Amino acid sequence: MSTNHGRPAAYYRTLTRNLVLFVVVVSLVPLMFSGAVILYEFDRAYQSKVEQHLEVLLNKHRRTIDAFLTDRLADIRVLARSYPVEMLKDPAFLRAKLSLLREEYGGVFVDLGLVNPEGRQVVYAGPFHLTGADYAQAQWFKQAKAGEHFISNVFAGLRGSPHFIVAAKKRLMGRDWLVKATIDFEAFNALVEKLVIGETGFAFILDREGSFQTKPRQEVALASGAWRELLRRPLDGGKVTIIQRTGSRDREMIYAAAPLKNGSWIICAQQERADAFSLLFSAQRMAVTIFVLGGIVVILVSLLLARRLVNRIAEADSQKEAMNEKMIEAGRLASIGELAAGIAHEINNPVAIMVEEAGWIEDLMSEEGPLSEETLSEIQRAVQQIQEQGSRCKQITYKLLSFARKTDPTVKEVSLNSLVEEVISLVGQKSRYAGVRIETELGPGLPRVAASPSELQQVLLNLVNNAVDAIDSEGGVVSVRSNPDNGWVRLTVSDTGIGIAPANLARIFDPFYTTKPVGQGTGLGLSICYGIINKLGGEIKVTSAKGKGSTFVVLLPAISQSEAAPETTDPAARS
Amino acid sequence: MRGQGAEGIRILLVDDEPGYLEVLEKRMTRRGLQVVSAGSGSEAIRQARAQSFDVAVVDLKMEDMDGIEVLKVLKVMDPSMAVIILTGHGSEQAAREGTALGAFDYLTKPCELRDLLACIHASQKS
Repeated sequence: MSTNHGRPAAYYRTLTRNLVLFVVVVSLVPLMFSGAVILYEFDRAYQSKVEQHLEVLLNKHRRTIDAFLTDRLADIRVLARSYPVEMLKDPAFLRAKLSLLREEYGGVFVDLGLVNPEGRQVVYAGPFHLTGADYAQAQWFKQAKAGEHFISNVFAGLRGSPHFIVAAKKRLMGRDWLVKATIDFEAFNALVEKLVIGETGFAFILDREGSFQTKPRQEVALASGAWRELLRRPLDGGKVTIIQRTGSRDREMIYAAAPLKNGSWIICAQQERADAFSLLFSAQRMAVTIFVLGGIVVILVSLLLARRLVNRIAEADSQKEAMNEKMIEAGRLASIGELAAGIAHEINNPVAIMVEEAGWIEDLMSEEGPLSEETLSEIQRAVQQIQEQGSRCKQITYKLLSFARKTDPTVKEVSLNSLVEEVISLVGQKSRYAGVRIETELGPGLPRVAASPSELQQVLLNLVNNAVDAIDSEGGVVSVRSNPDNGWVRLTVSDTGIGIAPANLARIFDPFYTTKPVGQGTGLGLSICYGIINKLGGEIKVTSAKGKGSTFVVLLPAISQSEAAPETTDPAARS
Repeated sequence: MRGQGAEGIRILLVDDEPGYLEVLEKRMTRRGLQVVSAGSGSEAIRQARAQSFDVAVVDLKMEDMDGIEVLKVLKVMDPSMAVIILTGHGSEQAAREGTALGAFDYLTKPCELRDLLACIHASQKS
């Protein structure tokens, strides 16, 4: 039974899948979309925040370094302007001033010296033996003579270790002397190294030619990649320029540069993006984790819900199926009830004859004396009549029983024509009393249909019964026709009865809809027909004209000729 | 069985079942009744036109003409004629309508001949 009834398991699987897909798409797509938008906006905001931070940091440091340089220069200028050359020529005086400066600034000042207009260092105070050193050809000396004061680039010079010079002019009798101080590279370097950006960021200083003025904490490849690109830019106007590129070892890096010391130096900084954006990245990781976990929960819940829902639906379907079967059964019993009156009357006649014939035999036997030849043959005739009427009764009960059997939904190859004839013989008596003539026109060679014989029989009985009932007391004609129709089998049941009002036509296949008086119709017949035909993959249609009659057309899929031999019934046109 | 005072009562038997008519006619004739059989409603009306009857026994369900219609026609033709309706189980309602239309009584088929005869006698006494 289960193979013929109910929906296949695949249907429920598809339903489950579609439900899950629907819920997942509907809930995750907006989540994904808003998540992406939020992440994007957050990323942008954070990006500008990081760059701003870097800019502020770099600017602050730039000012610090600029201030350091101008302050040291100012110290030397004050020294140069405060004392005459004669005093400065005194080595003891210079040593005293150096120790004063070193007391004030730690190890920043390495030495002090006075250089005469010819470039010879006439006085020197410091750790090296540089009294009398000749700077006439030194680059810094030439540059320093050109201006009022001067801060040199870092160079190794005569002492062979990196340092730079701060110098101020001192005019004496039209000739320029130079008071010069050496700034300790390490002290200056420490100042720049103090600029720590995050965990991976650091800063360093370059001159315009690209020589390091401080020692970077890590090795920096200036000749290639991002630095090369950044250093080519104008880098002036006091602005911080920031770019983000993939650096060495495939690390995403941030590079920043700004001019320093009136544009002759450049302060540079670099930081790994992962470090700069660590908060952003951890927020992103968290968002992705939440999204993935949420997604998994949504999928699991939707799976669970869909399963439950589909189970409920399957349950409801099978209940509906069971209800349908019960309804078909109820409808069948109702049709039997309708038939019963006609059949009871049909059986009354032979029974009455048998009763009377038995009485007649009794009458004859009660005659006095031996029975005459004539009486005996009359008794014989009566007995034969009783036998005949008995077998007539048997046929009637057999017909009724054949219909009253429990409905068997097993699908078989069914000959529609023979079912029609069976049903018409069942309705025959009823229609005769109702003055209805049943005409049949059963198509020859009609293909068989795949159906349950008892269910199809019920469809036919309902249709023919209704057709007979539709005809009023004046009588009429019910015609039943069958014919093949391009892969289908068409059955037409039409009557010349009262017809169906257009308002009722749409409702006639609804269960419990009936126009018959209360107690005479269940309203189930046509709805059962509809259900059965639908289940067989067929169609039922009705056309009706009030006062002229109705026509029901049933189309059932034929079993193809190759699958089954066609019926061999004769083209029967009976009336 | 004979001599129940039924002699001479003229009966019209109307039924579309020939076997039933035949045996009923024999048994009634044997009891001294004058019986004429009609195999259909229209034949019954023909017979009633040809001669008059005291009682008509009419089957309710017949193919050409309903027993009730036959009753109506017979009552018009001869109001004094007693009409007894024979009916099957399940059609008692129609038979009761018949009595309202002037039928003397109705009997459920198959019935005992004794009951039918009693009914016929009763109709003649009243």
